[in-house]
Amino acid sequence: MSYSHLTIWVIIFGLAVGSFLIRFSFLGIIGDRPMPEWVLRHLRYTPVAVLPGLVAPLVFWPEATDGMTDPARLAAALVTLSVGYFGKNVLMAILCGAVTLYGMIYLLG
Amino acid sequence: MEQSVTPKTAFLRGSRDALPFLLVVGPFALLFGVVGAEAGLNLAEVMGFSVLVIAGASQFAALQVMSENAPTIIVILTALAVNLRMAMYSASLTPYLGKAPIWKRALAAYFMVDQAYTLSQIKFEMEPDLSVSARLAYYLGTVVPIAPFWYILTYVGAVAGTKIPPEFALDFALPITFIAMIAPALRTIAHSAAAVTSVIVALLMAWMPYGTGLLVAAVVAMAVGAQIELWMARRPGTGAQG
Repeated sequence: MSYSHLTIWVIIFGLAVGSFLIRFSFLGIIGDRPMPEWVLRHLRYTPVAVLPGLVAPLVFWPEATDGMTDPARLAAALVTLSVGYFGKNVLMAILCGAVTLYGMIYLLG
Repeated sequence: MEQSVTPKTAFLRGSRDALPFLLVVGPFALLFGVVGAEAGLNLAEVMGFSVLVIAGASQFAALQVMSENAPTIIVILTALAVNLRMAMYSASLTPYLGKAPIWKRALAAYFMVDQAYTLSQIKFEMEPDLSVSARLAYYLGTVVPIAPFWYILTYVGAVAGTKIPPEFALDFALPITFIAMIAPALRTIAHSAAAVTSVIVALLMAWMPYGTGLLVAAVVAMAVGAQIELWMARRPGTGAQG
């Protein structure tokens, strides 16, 4: 990355203030008034709407291999997804993904 | 006769209930420190993220978009989008904590992390007779182990970070962490559909500059999730026939 230290601090403070306002929003400002159901319905899906899209290009076109699809990283992603989906255990999924990644890198040289 | 719960007992109870979550929070904090230092942030900057933003997924998202040298505003918008779920937390805590003094609500807002919300929401539903001060004490009790642990292990990770050689393929620590966080959240067809939509649209829109394709993907995926939830609610039994 090529940001000046000033820019990095602008990002940190922007994110800090923005995150606080999101957290404070209803609790602090809106108080007891009910929130429209359609807003809540959309907010429920923000994590699963943002994170998969963020990860997908990193899985299919990793920078470490100059954007070439890499069997080790693809396998690690699949194992992590399966273990996390069926096992519902975040740490176990990370562990299995990491073992797959290192195992494949070792096997494939 | 029902013994009323004092704020002090509620506080201690909250701290105890939060202890198992340290196992999840610790590795994430370490990883953020490591990945942040590897990405070129100095120690103060890494700590600035963890202390001021105090939101793991959002911090990781910011790092990722920053590694693509996106404009400042795109970095902030993408990372904030990850945090939008906390507006939902805020709304659902309001009936329980809304009567507390404003500075206490501000304190609660700063410490609003997934674990504190989840534990408190369950507690408040199960014990509707708790006083507002006991509720707030329980909530703050849950963050007492979690927040300092988050700061300290970020620090440890950041100090160790630059000493880790590239053979460890740390570039992939972040995708694996995110996938592991998303997978258990795919509880319903609507959640899964939103995730699949997000992946497809993000890949199709990857040509857009500075990760703006991701924002498009997020909006479309959110709408898909919400719409499918509506459809599923209208036809109970999940039968596909009209």
